[in-house]
Amino acid sequence: MEDALSWGSILLRIAAQLLPVWVALIVTFALSMQFKRRLGLYGRIFDSPVGMTGFGLVMFWVFTALFADWIITHDPLAQLSGMKNIIPGSPLKDPAEGAYPWYLLGGDHLARDVFSRVVMGAREVLKIAPAATVVAFMVGITLGLPAGYLGGRLDTTISFLSNLVLAFPVILLFYLLVTPEIRVTGIPIALAAILFIFPVIFLTILFNSRFFTTPAKRNLYVGLTLLFGLWAYSGLAFNADPLGIWSMDPNMLNVFVSVVFVNSPGVFRIVRGMVMDIKTRDYVAAGQTRGEGPWYIMLWEILPNARGPLIVDFCLRIGYTTILLGTLGFFGLGVTPESPDWGSTINYGRRLLAIAPHPAVVPAIALMSLVLGLNLLADGLREESMKD
Amino acid sequence: MLYFVLRRIGVMVLTAIALTFIVFYMTNLPPNLEKLAKSEASVRMADDAVASWLENNGYGGPVLVRYGEWLGVMPGWTREGEDGTLRGRCIANGTDPATAPRFCGILQGNWGFSTVFKQPVTEVLARSLGATGWLMLWVMIVMVPSSLLLGVLSGMREGSRTDRVLSTFAITTTATPEYVSGVILIALLASATAGISPILAEAGWISGKTLFPGTATSAMDDITFWNFFLPVMTIALYGIGYIARMTRASMTEVMTQQYIRTARLKGVSFRQVVMKHALRNALIAPFTVIMLQFPWLLNGVVIVETLFNYKGFGWTLVQAAGNNDIDTLLACSVVAVFVVLVTQLISDIGYVFLNPRIRLA
Repeated sequence: MEDALSWGSILLRIAAQLLPVWVALIVTFALSMQFKRRLGLYGRIFDSPVGMTGFGLVMFWVFTALFADWIITHDPLAQLSGMKNIIPGSPLKDPAEGAYPWYLLGGDHLARDVFSRVVMGAREVLKIAPAATVVAFMVGITLGLPAGYLGGRLDTTISFLSNLVLAFPVILLFYLLVTPEIRVTGIPIALAAILFIFPVIFLTILFNSRFFTTPAKRNLYVGLTLLFGLWAYSGLAFNADPLGIWSMDPNMLNVFVSVVFVNSPGVFRIVRGMVMDIKTRDYVAAGQTRGEGPWYIMLWEILPNARGPLIVDFCLRIGYTTILLGTLGFFGLGVTPESPDWGSTINYGRRLLAIAPHPAVVPAIALMSLVLGLNLLADGLREESMKD
Repeated sequence: MLYFVLRRIGVMVLTAIALTFIVFYMTNLPPNLEKLAKSEASVRMADDAVASWLENNGYGGPVLVRYGEWLGVMPGWTREGEDGTLRGRCIANGTDPATAPRFCGILQGNWGFSTVFKQPVTEVLARSLGATGWLMLWVMIVMVPSSLLLGVLSGMREGSRTDRVLSTFAITTTATPEYVSGVILIALLASATAGISPILAEAGWISGKTLFPGTATSAMDDITFWNFFLPVMTIALYGIGYIARMTRASMTEVMTQQYIRTARLKGVSFRQVVMKHALRNALIAPFTVIMLQFPWLLNGVVIVETLFNYKGFGWTLVQAAGNNDIDTLLACSVVAVFVVLVTQLISDIGYVFLNPRIRLA
């Protein structure tokens, strides 16, 4: 049996365990610095220390999630005897042949390795948060563009609906939407059917409005979009993919749909506001005079000019989505008990805070650093995009 | 102005009706009602027994009619029992059915009966809102002055070292949701094995095992600095960063205005410029933000009350939602929606009073 580790050697061993992450980070930074003048807005992140810190933090977690299988020291679900609530750096009681001889960050209430669970938790969070934010953006943009550009009754209706969702206390909404009973009624599937069709609509209109003058190209792009879009749609929303490649666990679908539903009205508001501002510009009038269709003007004249604030909001919103996912886990909604996601780990850990704080504190710091990274990145991007 | 307020109130009422209907619909979904029937009557009920129990207790019939009954615009249901007595929504136990009113919804002041707390909802709500009121009051007392001070100090001289330090602090707190800061604060200040409490206890500076208690249950009876510090700080921290950043943005914008430069060139001291010329104009935007923080605070309140086991509004909401206590949940949502809509209205009206350049149609 090995000796218990001191804090210094715990940190050293964690750093050694994270070696693939450091290598990937150094490569990313070196390459990006080398070519930063040719990389547009992405390259300009590296001009601002704030943006660079944020980017580093975010990429740290992205790489951790990617290489999680190499980083973890134990199976995140394995319960080893005698390791319950044990303090960080404790050696295993009777280590199996070839097993890592310590629990680097201690054990949780079920004697599982906290370090491995936090690393695997990064994968859980980064699997849902960016994807949900992308879908929310597609919904918000597809509805916000016509609401802002065309105005009128359409605008009044959609704005009323979005204000309705925004006036709902988020936690109440989650309690109503994310329960096992709701799944029986098919409401999550209905919501998914509505929300998941928006990316398909968005891309179809995007390509159609641009290429409808050259039918050959248009048919190719729109055809591909519809083929892949509807294929994925049938699998994700209805679990009816004929080939069985696209599918989503009903639990996950429920969480995903609720998070998208909560986020979309916020995006809608921002897009609508910006469109109302941009549509008074001269280049929009020029487009109208040329006889361009409304969708072309919205998607190819207005949207590209609104990209700066949208990218910034995208970063902030991934952070917000991460917080929401944590909230869901904190209230034990929509997650399986074994799931290593940070929110539910905090939830289980908080009950024993007075005796063994580490099972809750470690994921808490992980979540905070990821959101902080996203906020700093957004700040850096905002600073840089305001320079021109 | 009057027309604007009236129209806003009209939209508010419409929103409130739509939202309560959604909550009503979601809590009255068949699987939820089945769960309610089984928890109220017997766990081992057959499907037809569940159906007849629901029918006999007024959960049958179209959702819209039942929503109308709850709201008080439709006459309450009545059923004749097997022994010939008349029971109904508006007929309290042991009273004569003939004297019972026809309508009894929230418009008549009947908020229903909580199945979790075994009390009328009005009593549950009054107690929990009182508790949360104290929490909110202290959060506001801590949050508003400190966030405005932080924002003004860092926005006064953009790019200075003070600005950088304070901005970093603000951005860190906005990245820390309540359940994270709460856990970290408890681990630091209220854990017997980690943080500063063991050190203090060893040195004999504190009598108990921990500096602060890890729960705020005792604050239900008697609020002291010790049992209220952690919950208040947990909620306030998140808001402080956000409001401070808004104040900073508005302050830096004001400081670049022509009239500030004129005042400086006239020879007014920097102190005077900030206090007399900049501050009032810079505080318009944060006012809206502070008002719009209320709905956010509601979220924080739910998390913090669960974390610290403080039996206020948020705790009640979680209990009601977890046990599908329909009447309590509906009452909670009415309160929450009311808070959100009223703060929106106040922030809009207040904005007009603070900023004379804005005129409402």
